Amino acid sequence: MNNYLPYMVVMALVTYLIRMVPLTFFQKEIKSPFIKSFLFYVPYAVLGAMTFPAIFTSGGSVLASTAGCLIALYLAYKGKGLLSVAVAACIMVYLVDLIFPLLS
Amino acid sequence: MEVVENHFSQGLKDGIPIGLGYLSVSFTFGMMAVSNGVPVEVAVMISLTNLTSAGQFSALSLMLESASLLELALSQFIINLRYALMSLSLTQKVDKHMKTYERALIAYGVTDEIFALASSTYERVGKWYMSGLILFPVFCWTMGTLLGGAFTTLMPESLRSALGIAIYGMFLAIIIPPAKKLKSVRKVLILAIALSCLFSACASFLPISSGFVIIICTVCAAGFGAWLFPVEEVSHE
Repeated sequence: MNNYLPYMVVMALVTYLIRMVPLTFFQKEIKSPFIKSFLFYVPYAVLGAMTFPAIFTSGGSVLASTAGCLIALYLAYKGKGLLSVAVAACIMVYLVDLIFPLLS
Repeated sequence: MEVVENHFSQGLKDGIPIGLGYLSVSFTFGMMAVSNGVPVEVAVMISLTNLTSAGQFSALSLMLESASLLELALSQFIINLRYALMSLSLTQKVDKHMKTYERALIAYGVTDEIFALASSTYERVGKWYMSGLILFPVFCWTMGTLLGGAFTTLMPESLRSALGIAIYGMFLAIIIPPAKKLKSVRKVLILAIALSCLFSACASFLPISSGFVIIICTVCAAGFGAWLFPVEEVSHE
C-alpha cells in the first residue's frame, strides 16, 4: 500500500480542490445576465453531451441499449420519475439481450 | 421567495438511480485494479477519496506505468476540470445560508450525476438534501469497487451490463421534461448532443479526453443559449 500512497494523496487532493475551490470561494449572487444564463444552461448541456452518444454503448448490445434509450425517452416524455425511467431502461436492456440471442 | 429543497430523505431517494449506475462502473474499476495487481484496499481507498470514473481509470493506468506524480496531477486536473465548472454553477443553486465549511464538505460529492440532479431538479438545494443525495452513490461507488476487486465473478455479466444504462435513463428523465417545456433548453440540448456526437465520430483522428469533450460541448452549448436566450426571457416563456 505504501508504494501507492503518494499517488493516492495527489489524486485525491487534485480532484477535491477542483471541486472545492469554486464552490467555497464564489459565494456571491452572480448579477451578469450572460453568466447567469450560461450557468442556467450548464447542467442541460453537460447532461446532453454525456448522454449522447454514450447511452448507445452503455450496457449490453447496441440494439439493447437503443431499446433502453427509446423506452427511457418515452417515459421521460410522459413525465415519469427518475428512478422509474432508470429501472425501465435497465429492464429493457436486460430483456432485449436475453431474448434476441435466442431468436437469431 | 425561493424554495429550498432540504430533506435528507428526498436526497437519499434521488440518489438511488445514481448509486445503481455507479455500481457497475465501480465494479469494473475494482476488477481492473485488482486484476492488474493493485491491492483491493488501495482500489477502495481511491474510489472513496476520488469519486470520479474517468479520472480513476486513467490514474490506474498511470500508476501501473509508474508515471511521475506531476504527470498524474496534470492528467487528473485536465480530466476533472469539468467539476470546477459544475461547482461554479452549483454556487448559484445551493442554499444562500450554507456556511463555508458546509460548502467545502459538499464539494467532495460533486460528480457529473450528482451535480446534474441537484442543479436541474429544484430551485435551490440545502445541505441536508445534498448530504442525502451524496451518501448512497458514495456507498455504491466504494462497495462496487470492493465487490469488483474481491469477487470478480459475483454478478452475472448480463445483469452488470444492464445496470450501465441506469445513469443515462435518469439523465433523460431530467432533461426531457424541461426540454419539452422550453424551446431554449431544447436548442441548447440539441447543440450539446450534436457536438458530443461529432467529437465521438472524430475520436479516431482527434483524440481528446472525455472530460475535455464535455467541457467543450458544455461551454459552446451553454454559451450559445446564454447569447440567444438570456434567462430573463426564458422565465417569461
